[in-house]
Amino acid sequence: MQTELNRQNVVRGFDESGIRRSFLGWLNKEGGAYAFLSPYALLFIVFIVVPVLAASLLSFTFFDAIQPPRFIGLSNYISLITQDDTFMKYVLPNTIQFAVIVGPGGYALAFLLAWMLAQLPRIPRTIFALILYSPSMTAGVAMAVVWKTLFSGDQTGYLNSFLMELGLLREPIQWLQSPQYLMTIMIVVTLWSSMGIGFLAMLAGILEISPELYEAAAIDGMSSRWQEIFYITIPSMKPQMLFGAVMSIVGTFQAGAIGVTLSGSNPTPQYAGQLIVNHIEDYGFLRYEMGYAAAVSVVLLLMVLFFSRVATRLFASEA
Amino acid sequence: MKWFSRYTGVKNRGINPQGFHVSQIKFYVLLVPLSALMLLPIIYIFSSAFKPPDELFAFPPRFFVVNPTLKNFTDLFSKLSNSGIPVSRYLFNSIVITLVTVLASIFVSSTAAYALSKKRFKLKQTLFVINNVALMFVPIAVTIPRFLVVKNLSLLDTFWVHILPVLAMPVGLFLLKQFIDGIPDEVIEAAQIDGASDWWIYWRIILPMIQPALATIAILTFQAAWNNAEISTLYINNESLRTLAFYLSTLTSTTATGANAVAGQGIAAAAALIMFLPNLVIFIFLQGQVMSTMSRSGLK
Repeated sequence: MQTELNRQNVVRGFDESGIRRSFLGWLNKEGGAYAFLSPYALLFIVFIVVPVLAASLLSFTFFDAIQPPRFIGLSNYISLITQDDTFMKYVLPNTIQFAVIVGPGGYALAFLLAWMLAQLPRIPRTIFALILYSPSMTAGVAMAVVWKTLFSGDQTGYLNSFLMELGLLREPIQWLQSPQYLMTIMIVVTLWSSMGIGFLAMLAGILEISPELYEAAAIDGMSSRWQEIFYITIPSMKPQMLFGAVMSIVGTFQAGAIGVTLSGSNPTPQYAGQLIVNHIEDYGFLRYEMGYAAAVSVVLLLMVLFFSRVATRLFASEA
Repeated sequence: MKWFSRYTGVKNRGINPQGFHVSQIKFYVLLVPLSALMLLPIIYIFSSAFKPPDELFAFPPRFFVVNPTLKNFTDLFSKLSNSGIPVSRYLFNSIVITLVTVLASIFVSSTAAYALSKKRFKLKQTLFVINNVALMFVPIAVTIPRFLVVKNLSLLDTFWVHILPVLAMPVGLFLLKQFIDGIPDEVIEAAQIDGASDWWIYWRIILPMIQPALATIAILTFQAAWNNAEISTLYINNESLRTLAFYLSTLTSTTATGANAVAGQGIAAAAALIMFLPNLVIFIFLQGQVMSTMSRSGLK
């Protein structure tokens, strides 16, 4: 009788209360953490993870937003490489040109400016930092107003009027509509607004470096500023350099809409300012070839990931 | 000669000086013209918002306003959009949406950052790594699947579609987590020994100690929400739910009819100033806090 009851308890314990107890134990130990995490995690999954997964899945299908997606294997990727002349002739070279100048160029500029600012006293430093940062606060809408008037195509445009005043121009130039100038203007405008959060992080990073490091190096005979930058400043702030690099890569690809904003049309005049982001929009929202657009999205995400990996290699703290 | 050596000696040479030093002159020589150039478009926003029509279209164009007027602003607010919505409605939407987004984002990111920094659980490291990978996320790349998600959740044409997609901000979580890492564990353990609950610790210990980081998140979210015209374009058909950023983008797009583009320049300038000014004011007030957050922003 006694053993029977014990056995029953053991069996029941295993079946129900054991699992319940271990679940309650887990809930007690880790449940609080997950409760705090859950609002962020839920939004993160719904608006970041699911769209990325959906893009990956859709990229293997034909999908026109009317009929359900139909699986077509790698066809989208194959036609992207072999048949999409616009992509190979304009979009990819444009994107690489834009990304190489705005990404590393803007990044180096941000670092040099941060380095100069760090060597000024606090009040002028704050004022300069504010001036350099302010363009990045309002990238996009408000700025479109400004750039459109500055680069306006008739003679009331500031740039035209200025150049004609100097006698460098006879006729006004349609800056934003001409294929040979659009890309340059896009790069200038993006660089102008690229001293963002990464720039602030690098400035803070330089200021955090202990002055003793520089003093020790000076005693050891280090004399030039360039030596200081490459042997002390950058190695001492690798984490901030990496953060700045990632922000700069993301910012560069995110800024891709600028050509369409400036020229007012997608595709941009003769595809001169067409970047990969515009190509996605062109196929997805104008031609409703959403499966194909998704394949281009995946390529874009992989590019960002690749460049970020390169940056990580350069600035990894350990290894 | 004493005054001179003060500016040439070793004391203020190098990083984070206390005062002026001759070695700084070369930086001023470079920075002053560059800043002036960077500042031109910003000055232009201020100047053109107060220009009367004859100065807006003057030839040759004049950069600075001569006879400032508030006419552009009164025009802006007395105007109805093409679909009959008063501009003040767009402004009201923008203000409410931005306020709710900033508050919700602070709550969502700080609770998650507290868990990732101070709680112990198995997936902690993994989740932080996932969030760091998501720093590289480019929202514009997945516009289409995001649209499908929003549509399937029946969020199209709702107030919440302005807010929910902006809230999960990997940079925000990252910065907050780094900041909370700086709070010593002993402080929290002491509170636990006194019997404090997780919620109490979060509310009474963590939040007050991370105010600089919260200010930074507030600024980042503010910029993301206040300047967002995209959500109104993609997810909203109901004109009365759209934002000021969207209205401004309709004023400047070249697809607008010629007449509108000309008559609209004055009010576009005024609207651009209203869009820009809050960004600037908020950053000026909070810049000290932002800098102290940024010093812990290192990505390892």
